[in-house]
Amino acid sequence: MFRFILRRLLQMVLAFFGTTLIVYALMFAGQGDPIQALAGERPVTAAQRAYLTEKYHLDATGVGGFFYRYFDYLKNLLRGDLGQSLTGRQIGDILAAAWPVTVKLALIAMAVTVVFGVTAGVIAGIRRAGVFDNSTLVLTLLVLGIPTIVLAPLAQYFLGVKWQLFPPTAGAEPDLYALLLPGIVLGSLSLATALRLTRTSVAENLRADYVRTARSKGLVKRRIVSVHVLRNSLIPVVTFLGVELGNLMSGAIITEGVFNIPGVGFNLFRGIRTEDGPLVVGIVSVLVVVYLVSNLVVDVLYAVLDPRIRYE
Amino acid sequence: MSDFETVAATENQAARRGVSGEPGTPAAAQKPRSLAGDAWRDLRRNPIFWISLTLVVLVAAMAAVPSLFTANDPRDCVLSRQHAGPSGGAVFGYDFQGCDTYARAVYGARASLLVGALSALLTGAIALVVGMLAGYFGRWIDAVLSRVIDIVLGIPLLLAAIVLLKRVSTSSDNVRLFAVIFVLAVLGWTTAARVVRSSVITAKEQDYVAAARMLGAGNGRIMWRHILPNALAPAIVVLTIALGSFIAAEATLSFLGIGLKAPTISWGIDIDAGRVHMRESATPLVVPSAFLALTVLAFIMLGDAIRDAFDPKLR
Repeated sequence: MFRFILRRLLQMVLAFFGTTLIVYALMFAGQGDPIQALAGERPVTAAQRAYLTEKYHLDATGVGGFFYRYFDYLKNLLRGDLGQSLTGRQIGDILAAAWPVTVKLALIAMAVTVVFGVTAGVIAGIRRAGVFDNSTLVLTLLVLGIPTIVLAPLAQYFLGVKWQLFPPTAGAEPDLYALLLPGIVLGSLSLATALRLTRTSVAENLRADYVRTARSKGLVKRRIVSVHVLRNSLIPVVTFLGVELGNLMSGAIITEGVFNIPGVGFNLFRGIRTEDGPLVVGIVSVLVVVYLVSNLVVDVLYAVLDPRIRYE
Repeated sequence: MSDFETVAATENQAARRGVSGEPGTPAAAQKPRSLAGDAWRDLRRNPIFWISLTLVVLVAAMAAVPSLFTANDPRDCVLSRQHAGPSGGAVFGYDFQGCDTYARAVYGARASLLVGALSALLTGAIALVVGMLAGYFGRWIDAVLSRVIDIVLGIPLLLAAIVLLKRVSTSSDNVRLFAVIFVLAVLGWTTAARVVRSSVITAKEQDYVAAARMLGAGNGRIMWRHILPNALAPAIVVLTIALGSFIAAEATLSFLGIGLKAPTISWGIDIDAGRVHMRESATPLVVPSAFLALTVLAFIMLGDAIRDAFDPKLR
């Protein structure tokens, strides 16, 4: 177990350095003259230039200088100091205000996934090849095939504007009801995947030997399903849901942008639109870290739940 | 999926028998069939396969010769026709800028399909090379390449594409198009590479590979003539599905404003433009959305159907 965690941790550290290096190299390195870029069209005095060169270690050139500044960026990133956006706000402050909203949205999406996806998946798995099973399979294929940029605006138009079942946009202080429709849209993709995963897993376990044993002992079907099958079937589903929570938090760019929800994805959306380079890089760096850490946690959790994984 | 297919297939067959009034041909069933023949027999009876194939062919024709589908020029925009209803060939009316909504959707197929197909090809090339090297040579080459795959797989596609494409400041249409293709391929090859790697590992243990080696064939010849053909089928299935998701990714990036940019006509750009004015008129939003969704669905369903046919174990 310890060896597994250690190996997984080393892998994550490697991935962390790899991604942040790419992000850094693309965004900051290779600019012509960063000091002039900062000042725009205005002239830069010698004193200002000397100060900024010293402050950002721009005098170190070549590969050594690049890595020096990369580690500087990394140090700031780990300390939570993400610098300022082009509008002059601290990116850390923007993120601090945005996180709670994004987490709330992700949790709603997760609840939708668990309540509808897993339940329907269990039913479909038990009644394999029945009407319910076939119709959910077709439906999930439809959901999996329709991109969010189609689903989100159409849901907004039909459910929000035309039939007015939900508020079409969320606004500054979104309540639970306003977040419900975006949550369903955001969760629909993971709902479809969770449904299919649960269905396959339940159908597979229903054929297992221990189910036959339980049945021949004379147990009622409800007990077989709820105690024996469900417990074993939910292991891969739990893993998937864990990975998905990380995905949902970093994947809400379109949904938050369309429904005007002031979360992390919305700020990224706006940063891209307004060409706010530092804001985009700051948010992407943080989201990548969130994504990597959540993947790690899930992998370790998986190893705890299923001992077979540890000895690969 | 598969259960639905089998049920539908039997129904289909029963209906056909009812119409023609003759039993199936028992002689054909006795002959041993190859894997591909078996798969084709399955596919032929699968309505989903035919529906998605028709859609794919239709979109491909749209991309190749858009003037076959509409007589109107998608760039002929007159503001006085803003949100005007259907008239003179413009089946779905006009959008906010007074352009023909239907014509724009038809002409948008080209960019989408170009990005999807070329990224899938490039992805396939990278995946074949990496998967082949890792699977065939094994040992440290496999260890290094597999770690590289792990790292790239750990990078969220949309976020990385945003960072990469922000560096492309040019507004030249073709450069942007190839930048999008390149970025999608660089980030998207890992799944296919894993598939190729595992099928190469299976294939290289086979007797015919040992036989070829004993006959004096070199590594290159064995890889090219003996292993590659056997590793190709699963890779093609993965790439068909990937093609659909690349089209969706291109539309998403264009929607965000960092993929393709006007004057290139892309569904993603049009969906974004239609979204802003949806309260005045919804058709400019709904039409490109429907085109995009149907195209992506068609490729995913096609790949799904082919995979089910080739790999009956998954049922």
